Amino acid sequence: MKETIGILVKNHPGVLSRIAGLFTRRGYNIVSIAAGTTEDPKYTRITIVAEGDKRTLDQIVHQLNKQLDVIKVIVLGRDESVRRELALLKIEIKSGMERLEVMEIANAFRANIVDIGKKIITAEVTGPTEKVNAFISLMSEFGIKEIARTGKIALSRGPMSIREEKEDIEWEEE
Amino acid sequence: MRLTGAEMVIEALKRENVEIIFGIPGGAMIPVYDALYKSDLKHILTRHEQGAAHAADGYARATGKVGVCFATSGPGATNLTTGLATAYMDSVPVVAFTGQVPTSLIGTDAFQETDATGITMPITKYNFLVKDIKELPHVIKEAFYIARSGRPGPVLVDLPKDIQNAEGEFDYPDNITIEGYIPDPPVSKREVLRILDVIKESKKPIIIAGGGIIISEASEKLREFVNLTKIPITTTLMGLGSYPETDELSLGMLGMHGTRYANYAVSECDLLIGIGMRFDDRVTGKIEKFAPHAKIVHIDLDKAEIGKLVNTFLGVVGDAKRVLNILNEEIKSKGLSFDFSSWHETLREWKEKHPLKYDLSDEGGVKPQYIVETVGKLTNHKAIIIGEVGQSQMWAAQFYKYIEPRTHLSSGGLGTMGYGLPAAIGAKLGRPDKIVVDISGDGSFQMNLQELATISHNKIPIVIALINNEYLGMVRQWQELFYDKRYSHTSLSGNPDFVKLAEAYGIPAKRVTKNEDVESALKEAIESGTPYLIDFIVKKEENVFPMVPAGAALDDMIG
Ligand SMILES: Cc1ncc(C[n+]2csc(CCOP(=O)(O)OP(=O)(O)O)c2C)c(N)n1
Ligand SMILES: [Mg+2]
Repeated sequence: MKETIGILVKNHPGVLSRIAGLFTRRGYNIVSIAAGTTEDPKYTRITIVAEGDKRTLDQIVHQLNKQLDVIKVIVLGRDESVRRELALLKIEIKSGMERLEVMEIANAFRANIVDIGKKIITAEVTGPTEKVNAFISLMSEFGIKEIARTGKIALSRGPMSIREEKEDIEWEEE
Repeated sequence: MRLTGAEMVIEALKRENVEIIFGIPGGAMIPVYDALYKSDLKHILTRHEQGAAHAADGYARATGKVGVCFATSGPGATNLTTGLATAYMDSVPVVAFTGQVPTSLIGTDAFQETDATGITMPITKYNFLVKDIKELPHVIKEAFYIARSGRPGPVLVDLPKDIQNAEGEFDYPDNITIEGYIPDPPVSKREVLRILDVIKESKKPIIIAGGGIIISEASEKLREFVNLTKIPITTTLMGLGSYPETDELSLGMLGMHGTRYANYAVSECDLLIGIGMRFDDRVTGKIEKFAPHAKIVHIDLDKAEIGKLVNTFLGVVGDAKRVLNILNEEIKSKGLSFDFSSWHETLREWKEKHPLKYDLSDEGGVKPQYIVETVGKLTNHKAIIIGEVGQSQMWAAQFYKYIEPRTHLSSGGLGTMGYGLPAAIGAKLGRPDKIVVDISGDGSFQMNLQELATISHNKIPIVIALINNEYLGMVRQWQELFYDKRYSHTSLSGNPDFVKLAEAYGIPAKRVTKNEDVESALKEAIESGTPYLIDFIVKKEENVFPMVPAGAALDDMIG
């Protein structure tokens, strides 16, 4: 199973390597990891997409909770959260025809064209991972020169912040 | 009060009631050692930083207090790591202070610079690199609080030299809390009481007590619980001493070299109550076949341990002492009683049929099991016994018969050869009232024998019972049993004359080659009141039995 985990940590030096190190040391698989500051600069929010069976995922949450720099860990299920990812792509185009096609698809995906050259279009797409994947897959038919992805970030739906969310672990099959 | 960083360290140690420090100075640590020089704090100069870390660990395990060690930057810090990893695996409270190059030089590959916090991140409960003198008092307070609270563990504080020299206001907090850190989570009484329902339904229950009982000082409550319920009890290696092995309901140690009856009991039981233990592979054998008929109830302070390796029927997060207290009070107030007499009968038969045994009439050297048994007899099972790692460690675990907590010190989780001798130093200095015996393999002994100088110089009366089989015996045993006797690099021929070696350090020593001389030699050593080494020339190819081969089920034992 692949699951999305939101982690609120103290913004201490080395906190990212502590969290990442925990995954390496215990052999857990990270699919993606994204970190950024929060509304309060004393804290950092990390979103990790992890892969494993139920026992491993439970362990990941418990081991994260045990870290002294961790304030809270929540599981962000698909239905209960907004999950987004951003990708930048350099797409190769061989003709004016292809350029139009790329722009048309980008339009359908609400992707932004951020740079246009003779042979390269740079596009920015945002959305759930599946949407980003679908866009990349379509673009690969033209030829992709380069991709940069942010990894997933997520917030729970509804009024509550991570500090207020309940701690129960409920995994769902993705 | 305005102090330098170095003075703050010493002052903070006093506030933490630290009695003794183990360490070795160096360039990046001189300011702290200078402040130490001007104080009356006791410091023991070990001959290797690994020795300092193990000594702090031995002190902590023997006393229940936080052990403290010092080392300089670079090689000093890296030499500490084995000791920190050892303490981490066995949840031992240790605070290590290391010198570091000045903050302005960090990251420049300066002389004796090493990333101490980076290196020790996975082997400490937490660590700090202090970059601002203003933080220092709080950091030290936190270090001690983190080391001793919750599930204890080692904490490292890395001190750049300019921070040691800097001046600041010493404002030492009395009490602190750390956001998001709940060392002693509230225990749910309702959940705890469910354990009693499970016990009521059970016919063949068993308790496995681990090191958590000792850490939480729950031995008394455990005895009461066993007494009230009459549930038979076995312990892990780390749990030895948590319950008297001389008691009728004790099954001794379980696991790879556990007693047959303990392992059979686990394989046969219908209810297994694990308290303060973590289902290590040396305890469970093949995990798929572990306790196949049992409902597993797991009580542990660390939530992450519950369900980590085995499926639990009921998991209770909480301090062992609190949980046991709730259970005991409920049993007493409700006047509950339990009857497991037919289960007791079965276990009694197994005990009679499969005792721990060895053949004393055997030729070819002293019997190591007999040495350990004799130490037990001579010290009324109340000495502090330190195990090294290997066969000698297992014999020390099997044959001493522990009756008190904090009397068996052994590197259980990491299995660190070389742990014993320095740990014995810490134990004896922490508990001068106790006889301390290091039961050491000849291989393990040589991994930290430089500490003989520490022992000699400080006149620390430790008895070193050297189990000299001229082999890395435990590895040789595996090679004999599972690798067709291909003894690849396990012979220790070339060993020194250990008697002369001890004497060179000014430590009285004696060689014993016959079983008949074991008791008198041990008696003399124990009564000498000085450090003493006995070189026991034991039967070379003696094996530790019974044994669960790696990967086999617990009841699938050989020997
Ligand atoms: C530092 C370290 N290196 C290697 C090992 C692997 N090892 C485990 S037991 C053992 C043999 C120990 O020999 P000795 O101390 O003589 O004890 P014996 O088994 O002979 O009683 C070895 C090499 C270890 N546990 N620790
Ligand atoms: Mg040996």
